[in-house]
Amino acid sequence: MAEQTGLGIDSLQAAAIASIAQAADSMALDQARVRYLGKSGELTVLLKQLGTLPVAERPAAGQAINLAKDAVQRAIDERKSVLETAALAARLAAERIDVTLPGRGQRPGGLHPVTRALRRIERLFANAGFVVVEGPEVEDAYHNFEALNIPEHHPARAMHDTFYFDRDRLLRTHTSPVQIRVMEEQAPPLKVIAPGRVYRCDSDLTHTPMFHQVEGLLVDEQVSFADLKGVLYDFLTNFFERDLKLRFRPSYFPFTEPSAEVDIQCVMCDGAGCRVCKQTGWLEVLGCGMVYPEVFRHVGIDPERYLGYAFGMGVERLAMLRYGIDDIRLNFENDLRYLRQFA
Amino acid sequence: MRFSEAWLREWVNPPVDTQQLADQLSMAGLEVDAVEPAAPAFSGVRVGLVLSVAPHPDAAKLRVCSVDVGEDEPLQIICGAANVAEGLKVPVATIGACLPGDFKIKRAKLRGIESFGMICSASELGLAESSDGILPLPADAPLGEDFRTWLALDDFCVEVDLTPDRGDCLGLAGLAREVAVINRVPLTPLAIAPVPATREDRFPVRLMAPEACPRYVCRVIRAIDGQAVTPMWMRERLRRGGLRSISPVVDVTNYVLLELGQPMHGFDLAKLSGEIRVRLAGEGESLALLNGEQATLRADTLVIADAERAVALAGVMGGAETSVGPETRDVLLESAFFAPIAISGKARRYGLHTDSSHRFERGVDPQLQVRAIERATRLLLDIVGGEPGPVVEVSSQSHLPCAEPLPLRAERVSRILGLRLSAETIEDILERLGMIIERREDGWLVRPPSARFDLVREVDLIADIGRIHGYDLIPVSHASSASVTKSDAETSFDLDRARLALVDRGFQEVITYSFVSPEIQALVEPDARTLRLANPLSAELSVMRTSLWPGLLQTAAYNRARQMERIRIFETGLRFRTGTDGLEQTPGVGGLAMGGTLPEQWGQKSSPVDFHDLKADVEALLALTGTAERFRFVAAEHPALHPGQTARIERDGEPVGLMGMLHPSLAAKLDFDADVFLFELDIAPLGSGLLPRYAKISRFPGIRRDLAILVDREVSYDAVSRCVRSVASELLRELILFDVYTGQNIDSGRKSLALGLILQSSSQTLTEGLIEETVERILERLATELGARLRD
Repeated sequence: MAEQTGLGIDSLQAAAIASIAQAADSMALDQARVRYLGKSGELTVLLKQLGTLPVAERPAAGQAINLAKDAVQRAIDERKSVLETAALAARLAAERIDVTLPGRGQRPGGLHPVTRALRRIERLFANAGFVVVEGPEVEDAYHNFEALNIPEHHPARAMHDTFYFDRDRLLRTHTSPVQIRVMEEQAPPLKVIAPGRVYRCDSDLTHTPMFHQVEGLLVDEQVSFADLKGVLYDFLTNFFERDLKLRFRPSYFPFTEPSAEVDIQCVMCDGAGCRVCKQTGWLEVLGCGMVYPEVFRHVGIDPERYLGYAFGMGVERLAMLRYGIDDIRLNFENDLRYLRQFA
Repeated sequence: MRFSEAWLREWVNPPVDTQQLADQLSMAGLEVDAVEPAAPAFSGVRVGLVLSVAPHPDAAKLRVCSVDVGEDEPLQIICGAANVAEGLKVPVATIGACLPGDFKIKRAKLRGIESFGMICSASELGLAESSDGILPLPADAPLGEDFRTWLALDDFCVEVDLTPDRGDCLGLAGLAREVAVINRVPLTPLAIAPVPATREDRFPVRLMAPEACPRYVCRVIRAIDGQAVTPMWMRERLRRGGLRSISPVVDVTNYVLLELGQPMHGFDLAKLSGEIRVRLAGEGESLALLNGEQATLRADTLVIADAERAVALAGVMGGAETSVGPETRDVLLESAFFAPIAISGKARRYGLHTDSSHRFERGVDPQLQVRAIERATRLLLDIVGGEPGPVVEVSSQSHLPCAEPLPLRAERVSRILGLRLSAETIEDILERLGMIIERREDGWLVRPPSARFDLVREVDLIADIGRIHGYDLIPVSHASSASVTKSDAETSFDLDRARLALVDRGFQEVITYSFVSPEIQALVEPDARTLRLANPLSAELSVMRTSLWPGLLQTAAYNRARQMERIRIFETGLRFRTGTDGLEQTPGVGGLAMGGTLPEQWGQKSSPVDFHDLKADVEALLALTGTAERFRFVAAEHPALHPGQTARIERDGEPVGLMGMLHPSLAAKLDFDADVFLFELDIAPLGSGLLPRYAKISRFPGIRRDLAILVDREVSYDAVSRCVRSVASELLRELILFDVYTGQNIDSGRKSLALGLILQSSSQTLTEGLIEETVERILERLATELGARLRD
């Protein structure tokens, strides 16, 4: 039909589509658009010349030109889309990175393994309703010994290897004096743990002159040794995240009676016997007992009305078992190559 | 306490093996530390008799012996020991024998002469650490008998680590009773018959300090045989109990110590003058002790004296001058009861710890003395003969411990143990333990045995009931008891959170000793009054730290020496400062930074850490209080820090910490080759934080105005910032310092500060006029107060 008009629409459309297809980028494409569809584009000009045609031919010619314009516009849109897709693909290809390069910026440090273990211990006891309390590290002999029923010259006192400043002042040898301070200041019921540094005048392969303990104390009207067994069983199985065999071995502490040392089935060999448990299958991990009436008397708590239990554990010991550390002294050398293993 | 298992089994022989026995003891509170064979494995050793000794023709030190081992023919054995002699009974390792260390005995030729075995020393048989020559055996040793069998060496030595309350088990008799109780088997008591006196010698005794020594028992034994030797069986039991054989008198007293738990002493009677006086020492009195030391005594020390001088440190150690020797013919045996309180601490004070003091400090059965001396007399007479006098016993009844019977309430037993026991079970346990009980309405009246110094309260009896019944039979209760929920205030400083903040910012936590060397302490805080240990392990660990910096600096130096280039460490803990109010133990957190700002990495340039890098870390901690704007960093000085790079950190004017660069001269002293930055904060004053309070977010847009101003270099940013804030007041939402410049195009005494002001109102959109006016006022105030002007 267009041919009938003699305007050469078909060949113009073909030329336009060919030049659009050849457009290598959006600029070339735009030039093609201007050339054919712009204000004075070839197809636009044809449309403007429609008036020169005989009236009878105009509708058909107009329709043919419009069809051609639509076809060219479609070709431009398609080409544009192709070019955009290609451009995006090119950009994506150009922006490809090595995702295996390390991340940039600050790197986190870490907590000391003793703190790491201590936080876990504190959290487990907090879950059981124990409140954290603290006490001084430079103590007096009364709180460290006498009030705990360890009078001067008691054999147990000689076993403590105490650091002294003078006759009365010393570095606490255990966290037990915090028991006394808490009971002096607060009335029962009490449910506390006291973590902290303790000191003994002893230094060799298996001893450092400073280490950490956590003391626990519960005072209430109805407390029994069976409850003590329960709280320690829960703590130890949770701390080591396994069902452990425990044994409560009768022992002696001047400030508790009955007293026990608690052994766990060796976590290294599952009780089969190894170097860590000295082939016994058992590891001694803490001491505990029922608060001795004499101790209650020292702090003015009625031992007939109230009962209590107390326990104490060495944090380094637990941390070493938990993380497989074989030398306690590493904890205070502070070699960063050691410490970084516990982040 | 160490003992021979076989010996124990003579007293009590339960149907359990060695390991079970050891476990039983441990679970009864008598912790077994070690179970060791009485002798290492060896075989093929027999009792032999040396028939003849002839010199070796080709070796001066070797002898050719003919030894009868009970076979048809004697054996020819070459021996190098000097003490080999004709007629001597000796242990002989025959061909095929295997000695400790897998040493096999074969036919051998020594310098051309054949040897068919080896005569053994004690050390070669693993019975001594070292020996001088071969082991001579008593004449009555059975010829040809297997040596192991004869000495019953297939035995174990059991070491129990007794807690200080169980002095009653520091003798075989006490341990045997425990084993009998645990196993419900009969105890074969030791029959001790009084030994009748054969002469009337009595040595007078005066108790001059009866509260310290309420009972003194002694006995004269005259005309003992100085040549007699301790029999092999007794020496073996002593050895298995960890004691060396010394002489018959000493060995017998030691034997009774192991057997009954009664420490005894033997004096050479000839060297005692007049009488025994048990008295307190004179202040400064001198006593030559058995161990060769000369003790200068204090007046509170109990001694055994004769009419003239102290002859023994009572309950601790005998004196040298009156000790029994080879020439001793007449002996005075002592068996006394000393009160634990009188002996406690005395041995330690004189630098001593003896088997005797160990027992008296813990308590020896006050009813044991006469039995012990009768037992010792019998044993001694059997070895050295002699003529005993009568037992002399001097006691002060009123000073002897006489335990009141203890009431025991049935209800208390179950309340404390958390376990209901029948009256029959309780009574059975108490009676097996040797207590005398009397039933009462609510329980019992219990009289413990005189040896049990640990049973002084009702709860002690309850503990013993639990112990014998078995702690493992006490149930595990999960009853939730007292819930005491008094948690910290929300605004209190969370130290744990602060630790994690530092960790997240690249810091590694360290834990250093609270005591440091006085040198580094003095370098860091030369003016601080320190607390010094009276008995430090070493000078390096002798002074309590007043700051966390000594430990941090030493840790940094330690790691720097191990090729650590970049160090970020912190510690929390107490500092010990002596102030006007006495000692203060204040918790703090301190940190140290050296090396690059960032770990070495690609695509990021790392510059050396500086003051403001660390300041950001400190500010992050301060921000945890919710009151960041209340803190100020004020230029200050500190002996350990660079005078131009030191800040005192204040909150509302109160100092809460310090930070700065380690003084270069200190860095040089400590061998640091890079700048070190330090901070330390007191934790207590950070405690009262602020609870967040919601404020409405403005609906109106904020606008930004940037100003570059010039001020004198000495003018602090803090002054500029305060000036701006005071003028702009509530219109200023944020003040950003985005550049600080000195150098080209700027007057050398001045610096340029580029400020970004973000202005916003909560009630209106700011008009251009209001903004202009505000900026004008700010510039005016900056000019008048700080001499600032707008940079061209």
